[in-house]
Amino acid sequence: MSTPAETAPAHVAGLVRDFGGRRVLDGLDLTVAPGEFVALLGRSGSGKSTLLRVLAGLDDTAAEGVSGTVEVPGSLAVAFQEPRLLPWRSVRDNVRLGLHRDDAIEAAGRALDEVGLTGRADAWPLTLSGGEAQRASLARALVREPELLLLDEPFGALDALTRIAMHDLVLDLWTRHRPGILLVTHDVDEALALADRVVVLDGGRIVADHAPGPRPRHDTSALRATVLAELGVIDDATT
Amino acid sequence: MSTTFPGAPARTYDSEPTRTDPPSGRRRRTPTWQRWISPIAIVVVWQLASTTGLLAEDELASPWRVVTAAVDVTRSGELPEGLAISLGRVVAGFLIGGLVGLVLGVWSGLSRWGGLIVDPPVQMLRTMPHLALVPLFILWFGVDETPKILLVALGVLFPIYLNVHAGVRGVDPKLLEMARVSGFDRREILRHVVVPGALPSALTGLRLALGIAWLSIVVAETVSSDTGLGYMINNAREFLRTDVIVVGLVVYAVLGLGTDALVRALERRALRWRPTIAGTDS
Repeated sequence: MSTPAETAPAHVAGLVRDFGGRRVLDGLDLTVAPGEFVALLGRSGSGKSTLLRVLAGLDDTAAEGVSGTVEVPGSLAVAFQEPRLLPWRSVRDNVRLGLHRDDAIEAAGRALDEVGLTGRADAWPLTLSGGEAQRASLARALVREPELLLLDEPFGALDALTRIAMHDLVLDLWTRHRPGILLVTHDVDEALALADRVVVLDGGRIVADHAPGPRPRHDTSALRATVLAELGVIDDATT
Repeated sequence: MSTTFPGAPARTYDSEPTRTDPPSGRRRRTPTWQRWISPIAIVVVWQLASTTGLLAEDELASPWRVVTAAVDVTRSGELPEGLAISLGRVVAGFLIGGLVGLVLGVWSGLSRWGGLIVDPPVQMLRTMPHLALVPLFILWFGVDETPKILLVALGVLFPIYLNVHAGVRGVDPKLLEMARVSGFDRREILRHVVVPGALPSALTGLRLALGIAWLSIVVAETVSSDTGLGYMINNAREFLRTDVIVVGLVVYAVLGLGTDALVRALERRALRWRPTIAGTDS
């Protein structure tokens, strides 16, 4: 195992988030240790994206309707469901911009190499395929050397084959750089294949916390059935 | 087969790289010479009508007379001089109106207070046809350069303002979020997200504004002027010189076309990241 620096974990305690009287997060507690890969599962509307936005600093935590403790490490990066590339800047510039370092261009080039986009650095983002665009988005997150990487259903819009390739890529990048990862997803199989810990969000708080065990995982069907039940899905046909 | 996307939405990520299917859009273009058939036919009919006396000389001069008149007024210096004066007025008015419209549009687009202060009066004023201000402008500023330049400026201000404002407001909030999370500072957000995002709309405003600028100068110079293209046309009317009038009209048309082509070239360069424009040279 590579040596993760002694950094602070991401830590949330008693987080409450109200949107105009509707309570989306209700006293949520969650910790992502440095270098830990956590998958957050939840049905749509369970508040998983809200939690991610709070962690990313995109939700105004000073606003009315927010209370609780939120501690995140200083360097943090996000990959969204849509790649959110600036269509009028080259792929390389998309990775590089906002990075205030002397070697930003070289670093962007290396990050693009790592995600397998070496030849596409000068392309316009609209000429990329869906998988390539998402790789560029990962490179943009990676180049910031985050201690915490937030992934907001980044593979949801990809076709099944591309998604499998992306899973391998993410595991590979995580093994090499060891950021703490919080992966928000509604794909149970994805969560079970990738994460150290699989937590289930329901009713605004964490209702289950599983550790699927060492990788590679060959038979996760028992845990899969448990998690599906926790998500309110009855699962007798698939296993 | 599915990827010629006609009015491609700006943020689509197609599952196939779009660079691999270039020329399908090009097949529809007809050879340019065929487009000249009907314009030439019209000129020929016009010439025939004049030669046979069907069209009286003091109603409309023949095409040939127009050509010789064009040569005459060019040689005498009347046309180049008038053209330079009119062009100067349009450029001055355009710069003033464009700058004010741009600044107001960006301010009202970016800041809440800017929008609250600037937008209501501009939205009210824009419903008024600015050409109707000519009498008032003459009363205020007399008949020298000021009212003409101001009329152009006023005509240009509104389309620029409206389109810049809409462009800035229309910048994708998801990209702004991405920029914030990725550590862009304010200047970088403006330069890499807001300005390029607002540019397509702003360029549309620019094209509209150029058309209105020429319209404004025509009206201003026709109503009151002793210099410029409009004066040349008015003066020709006094002497029933329909040939010179037509020369003036043609020059106006050519100037309008020329400036429009300029903006189109600008558009192609500024928006080359769009597959529709990069791939099919529209």
